[in-house]
Amino acid sequence: MMDAKELIARRVAREIRPGTLVNLGIGLPSMVATFVPSDLGVYFQAENGVIGLGARPPEGMEECRLTDAGGGFVSAVPGAASIDSAMSFGLIRGGHLDMTVLGGLQIDESGHLANWKVPGKMVPGMGGAMDLVTGAARVVVAMQHSAKGQSKIVARCTLPLTALRRVDLVVTDLAVIEPTATGLILRERAPGVSVDDIRAATDAALVIPVDVPEMILA
Amino acid sequence: MKGALKPEAAAAMIPEAASLMIGGFMAVGTPERMIDAIVARGVGGLTVIANDTAMPGRGIGKLISAGLVRHVIASHIGLNPETQAKMISGEITCELVPQGTLIERIRAGGMGLGGVLTPTGLGTEVEEGKQVVTVEGNRFLVETPLKADFALIGAWQADYVGNLSYMLTAHNFNPIIALAGRTVIAEADSIVPVGVIPPDAVKTPGVLVDHLLIRAA
Repeated sequence: MMDAKELIARRVAREIRPGTLVNLGIGLPSMVATFVPSDLGVYFQAENGVIGLGARPPEGMEECRLTDAGGGFVSAVPGAASIDSAMSFGLIRGGHLDMTVLGGLQIDESGHLANWKVPGKMVPGMGGAMDLVTGAARVVVAMQHSAKGQSKIVARCTLPLTALRRVDLVVTDLAVIEPTATGLILRERAPGVSVDDIRAATDAALVIPVDVPEMILA
Repeated sequence: MKGALKPEAAAAMIPEAASLMIGGFMAVGTPERMIDAIVARGVGGLTVIANDTAMPGRGIGKLISAGLVRHVIASHIGLNPETQAKMISGEITCELVPQGTLIERIRAGGMGLGGVLTPTGLGTEVEEGKQVVTVEGNRFLVETPLKADFALIGAWQADYVGNLSYMLTAHNFNPIIALAGRTVIAEADSIVPVGVIPPDAVKTPGVLVDHLLIRAA
């Protein structure tokens, strides 16, 4: 059985369209790049200032001034450009970014995302998350379905929201869910997971179509 | 440009309780020798305006560890547990600002604009206490400009008149803060003769730079 994070990353990778500009959040979302074919013509943006992020360089060949938004060493692909933070967020906020993949703490029935703060416990700051959710053409949330036995998909977010915008797709280790104006539609099941399993693991109302196919992974 | 200074001479210009804009993203593009000189001088009560506070032992993290910072305006402090601990204990106050809003507030301050209208933060905690305006049917938060007493820049190359260029992801906040500091001090990895940085490659014109640090030993 595949690790839950890898399963999520492989499913999200199939959302990435050829020739687009994509921003991957730190942590699990960064794993998605591994499963995107290099001939797809996708440019990955890191909001600290590079379009055309590449894989980690060979050991001993890292450049200390070429990192991703988590501070890890990266390389750059042909056609890459380095940019300052105003340009980077102009791309994000100005509607030039085709897609972002972000982690999540909660998603609710309105499709609202909370992913930057747990009051009294974790106050790291929102970094670029609010701009990304506000400005990206498509927002995909990649997260585990539950944390500490609690569903992360809830009727209404109890944690502070990241933005008012409804996210476009949620991919978890159990399901693919599409938030819409009429609620959370269950689109796909993870391999070996039933609709009833998903319903039982979810603290929010799901709209369940007649056919809920199994995920196809990259 | 007024000439090249030793780091300790540059740090001596910074008074108690000064506000500092500091370039860098997780310490990439942060002027480390300048930071070390401020730590050595031990001048406290500082306000730091920057993307983040790096991590203990690097960049702005060294100012935090030394207890010299009173107030932070940043987008992310999550990778520096000391900043978080000092915020919880009340030693440091912290204003967390969305990254794209932070850089635009600095840009507005440096470019003589009265503020920024942005959709980022609408309907979230960031909106609290702020004016909301409607322009052409769309709602925006009004965000105020930011300036600082000093801008401390980390550059790749500087020439003798203070023109600066940056490398890869070490641009980040540096070219923008160069307009928003009342006194601008730049530290470059190398200092080259005028002309080595082609005019089209200059990202910060030397007229904005008040002081260069002398080359690294």
